[in-house]
Amino acid sequence: MPTPTDPTVPAPREAAPSSSAETPVIEFTDVEKRFGDNVVLKDLNFTVSRGERVTLIGPSGSGKTTILRLVMTLEELTGGYIFIDGEPLTHEERNGKRVPVSKKRQKALRTRIGMVFQQFNLFPNMTVLENIIEAPIHVLGRPKKDAIEHAHSLLEQVGLPDKADAHPTSLSGGQQQRVAIARALAMDPEILLLDEVTSALDPEVVGDVLNILREVADTTNVTMLIVTHEMGFARDVSHKVMMFDGGRVVEEGHPDKIFTNPEHERTQKFLGAVLGHN
Amino acid sequence: MDWFEDWPQYFEALNNFSERLIDGLLTTIQLTLLGGALAFVVAVVLGLMAGSPSLWVRGPARVIIEFFRGISLLVLLFWMVYVLPLFWMANPGLPGEDFVRNNFLIGITALGINYGAYGAEAVRASLTTVSKGQWEATTALSMSWPHKMRRIIFPQAWALMIPSLTNLWVHLLKGSAIVYILPGINDLTFELDNLRRPTDIWFSHAFVGLVSYFILALILTLFMQILEARAKHKLGRGPSLREILSPDPKAAPPDAAVPVQQDAAQAKEGK
Repeated sequence: MPTPTDPTVPAPREAAPSSSAETPVIEFTDVEKRFGDNVVLKDLNFTVSRGERVTLIGPSGSGKTTILRLVMTLEELTGGYIFIDGEPLTHEERNGKRVPVSKKRQKALRTRIGMVFQQFNLFPNMTVLENIIEAPIHVLGRPKKDAIEHAHSLLEQVGLPDKADAHPTSLSGGQQQRVAIARALAMDPEILLLDEVTSALDPEVVGDVLNILREVADTTNVTMLIVTHEMGFARDVSHKVMMFDGGRVVEEGHPDKIFTNPEHERTQKFLGAVLGHN
Repeated sequence: MDWFEDWPQYFEALNNFSERLIDGLLTTIQLTLLGGALAFVVAVVLGLMAGSPSLWVRGPARVIIEFFRGISLLVLLFWMVYVLPLFWMANPGLPGEDFVRNNFLIGITALGINYGAYGAEAVRASLTTVSKGQWEATTALSMSWPHKMRRIIFPQAWALMIPSLTNLWVHLLKGSAIVYILPGINDLTFELDNLRRPTDIWFSHAFVGLVSYFILALILTLFMQILEARAKHKLGRGPSLREILSPDPKAAPPDAAVPVQQDAAQAKEGK
């Protein structure tokens, strides 16, 4: 059972949400993704329950980032189906045929999904505050006053309360990424996609960004799909780790098991190489 | 220099013609401003269409761009003034007759679509230089197409397209001289031709014409440079206008001073 979240208690990580009869938040069914003749993902099936935090690991080119990009509809799904809260995100089966869903339905689902990118991708033509409030006001239709209040509390949360009027280009990489996290959270997403969010950062600020994400994980019930090379973070935060290679899931399980006692040889080799650096 | 011995009289002639020359100058300025405004609208609309992933939007835009880029402005003007009215002569009562009879509007329209077709390429090209990450961030925030264009993508492309648009606008200023072939359009070139009669072509065109057009072009360029500096500052690149215009160079941030020095160095090397 997921424990009710209480921000005052730095509670130990609650158990993974039970994957019972409840509809999964994300469901991949026979997903295939190809770029031309290059098949990146094949026959991929997995589900993510509400509030679950799943980390995808594996060598580069194994298709982890592609999975996040498919959920965010940044890539065209070439085969199979993705369901968000049980509803088809890109295509559905109608009369035995695979047909695209309407843009309107897709947009309604997409507003529940947020993403933080490796390269931050803040809008340089706007201040930090404007970056955060733009979509809540103009996409979700929130009142400006509420959006600004929310933005200030998020900036507080990511440790940048005095940077609201700063320009993104005047911030360091770590600060930009923290703003990007605030911007994604400002949409109150059900699902948060984290795509190698610390890979472009200086080593000494990686810890700050990860601590903010740990706090988000501890204090909210947001479902997270994480691609990272920070194995310590993956181990602390996630309920489940999935090891990818060549577009397939090689092994999956609880992080304690995957990191201490991986079954598959490919996982052992990968973790040996990655952890060897530390 | 016996070459210049008649010039005192010529300046007297210039003085006598000054009223008409100023009228001509105003006509040229009107053609440049209104034609430029129309060209900008045409460039943005066609440029956005030409950048669309849909063939049904991109295709027509490409045909229009290639057609109006490919035909000469002179031919376009002739066509609009002498051929277009034939349709109204053949079909009396067709709407829009006021337009085809108004040579000033014809001139603006011809300048606008001709230079707009060139500008469309500048718009399209600068839209593609906005990084993919920016487009993806707008998708991740579920922004609609008009919203992301207006608020995120176009403001960033704007800083990049200004230098090309400045070029085209100066071209348009000079292209406006061609409009003097239209009956009733007494622009600067037309009035310079009148000035040539009591003086000579060296004085009227090579001196008065050169200086007038050069100053007009210089004003346009300066105005566009101000727009560019402002657009860049909004993207967090380069100093603000106040810093640029400040007499105290220390007011500019140190990193903003570097590109200026580089430019100066490059200019020296170029010479």
